Amino acid sequence: MRRRAFVLCVPLLGLAWATGCTEPRDHAQAVYLLVDTSGTYAEEIGKAQLIVNYLLGSLQPGDSLAVARVRSRSFSEKDIIAKATFDNRPSQANAQKRVMKDRVEAFTSSARGSVNTDITGGLIQGAQFLNETGAGKKTILIFSDMQEELDRATVRDFPIDLKDIRVVAVNVVKLKTDNIDPRRYMGRLEVWQKRVQAAGAREWRVINDIEHLDALLKS
Amino acid sequence: MADSPFWVIWPGNAALSALVWFVIAMPFLYAARAPVHGVLLAVGQLAGGPLRLAARWLLASAHEMRERNRAVLLAQGREETGERIAREFERVAALVKRDLEGYPALQRKLLDEVTRVEEDYRQCGEVPPPPPEWVDAVTAIAKIKPNGNELIVRVLEEINRSVKAIHDKTLAEYRRAYESRHKILDGFMPFWRSLDKTLARADAKMTSLAERATAIDAQMEKYEQITRKTERAEHALAVSALTQFFVASLVLAVAAGGALVNFKLIALPMSEMVGAGDYLTASLRTSEVAALVIIFVEATMGLFLMETLRITHLFPRIHNLGEFMRRRMMWIAFVLLLALAGIEAALALMRDMLIADKQALLQSLAATQAAAPEGWLSRIPTAGQMLLGFILPFALAFVAIPLESFIHSARTVGGGAAVVLTRTLAVALRVIGNLIRQLARVLITLYDITIVLPLLVERWVKQSRAARKPRATGYEAGERP
Repeated sequence: MRRRAFVLCVPLLGLAWATGCTEPRDHAQAVYLLVDTSGTYAEEIGKAQLIVNYLLGSLQPGDSLAVARVRSRSFSEKDIIAKATFDNRPSQANAQKRVMKDRVEAFTSSARGSVNTDITGGLIQGAQFLNETGAGKKTILIFSDMQEELDRATVRDFPIDLKDIRVVAVNVVKLKTDNIDPRRYMGRLEVWQKRVQAAGAREWRVINDIEHLDALLKS
Repeated sequence: MADSPFWVIWPGNAALSALVWFVIAMPFLYAARAPVHGVLLAVGQLAGGPLRLAARWLLASAHEMRERNRAVLLAQGREETGERIAREFERVAALVKRDLEGYPALQRKLLDEVTRVEEDYRQCGEVPPPPPEWVDAVTAIAKIKPNGNELIVRVLEEINRSVKAIHDKTLAEYRRAYESRHKILDGFMPFWRSLDKTLARADAKMTSLAERATAIDAQMEKYEQITRKTERAEHALAVSALTQFFVASLVLAVAAGGALVNFKLIALPMSEMVGAGDYLTASLRTSEVAALVIIFVEATMGLFLMETLRITHLFPRIHNLGEFMRRRMMWIAFVLLLALAGIEAALALMRDMLIADKQALLQSLAATQAAAPEGWLSRIPTAGQMLLGFILPFALAFVAIPLESFIHSARTVGGGAAVVLTRTLAVALRVIGNLIRQLARVLITLYDITIVLPLLVERWVKQSRAARKPRATGYEAGERP
């Protein structure tokens, strides 16, 4: 009798382990792309479209993607241009990707430059979005020159929480002043690295070649 | 100074220190010689004894396993040969039923044809009546010499004319008789041919029956050898099992390749059904598991189909089912297999559509122009995939046959391998046990070499004592000079 019960219990335990011990969202990936539209960087927005297209081609059903702009104050849902958690069915996911591509295309063709650049606000907004998705891998891509400029009323000098999130600065172009003194560029990236790591981020990286994104998303 | 080990007496001269320690230790080592020898011997026995015991037990187990394997092999062979003999008898019965069932009719036909031929032959034997008796009289008259008598000449001429007429008539009748006999003989030919064919047919049937009888004889010979448990029969069965094992393994490997192709065909479209983002374990997608389950279900249905068709005999319960229930089960398995094959064909189509959709999306994302459709050429892969999806489940159904061979032969091959492994292990344990015991002896010798100086002294003392002892004994015995 005991033996029979054991034989019955083994597959049930296996099933319980298989269904209960693995969270489906653990394998999902969520990406939040911040697109800087301020000042001269607005000229780079065409490349942002390429990155979005690349992400749409790489992300799998069940993954999440959001594209948001960085403006003078970016801690707002209104700054999210398009977002989606792709359906588990590949056909539906493809349809969602087409819609998202159209939305981002519409945005890039009509984007207007902002006066200031609130990258921190965008990061906080992105972290909220990513944590809500419950995905196993969370990534914030910052498409910006990483030069933050805030107006006097905007308060961003407080610790932020980016726990378990990878932060990747993409296409960090050099400013005119960086060309005069490259230490400014290095220093700017170093400050951001410290800030992001202090916020508990899993990783900080700078990728200027879009092709290197592939390895990042697969890792 | 402070870095020197504690045992160094003269810092900077470790060798001298070691020598001094050795000299100091030597008397103690000599004193402890007997107990150390005892300990080393005991350790050797302690380690070597159980290993020898284990080796002996393993050898006994190997022998027992071999006997059991032999019994199983012979039983399997007996059963298999028995089945073959039964099958041969079934074939013979079918032959007898098919060929010899019509034997009475064949015999009747043969008798009819023989009777007809005999009749014709008899008719051929009828010759025309011999010439009449008056031939002798005519001969006598013919001997009469003509003497010029006109009457006699006329009579003779008349007789001559009559005889000639009769001769011509008789000759014509004779020719007619031969002509009719030739006609009868011509009529023989079809009957002869028919007779020849009938006999050839009967001969072929008898030859086929004789061949079956020879096959039965061979199987019976094999069966007798197995029943007598001869070495030859055992060897033949073992070789046969090994061959079956490798052939079945090869076929199963090919089938596994087919199953892999099948899996690739349906894994992607299954994600459309159960979701692509769901995982059962850390690296196993639900869609992949679902595809695997479908393939396993197909293989199981194939197994049941083969079982109910009585091609394989893996499940005695199915084998013992009544005819009605067996047929019902066979149809259920076949219908399920057909349905699964249909589902697979649909999934293969869906896979193609999904890939095309993904391709279109990627092209739109890459801002490149979509390739122009290639007409009917582009549909060939789709049709091929669908066909493959439909065929593979049925092809997988036949895996049951090599699987049965594999399971049956694996018992023999696995049993043989286990015997070899057990024997090897036994030999290894025996060797290790002997090595440990010899090592203990080597250590004892090395110990004695270490304390060679005290041992030399001991020997010298003993020899000197021994040299003194006889003289003292002799003196005490009264051998005084």
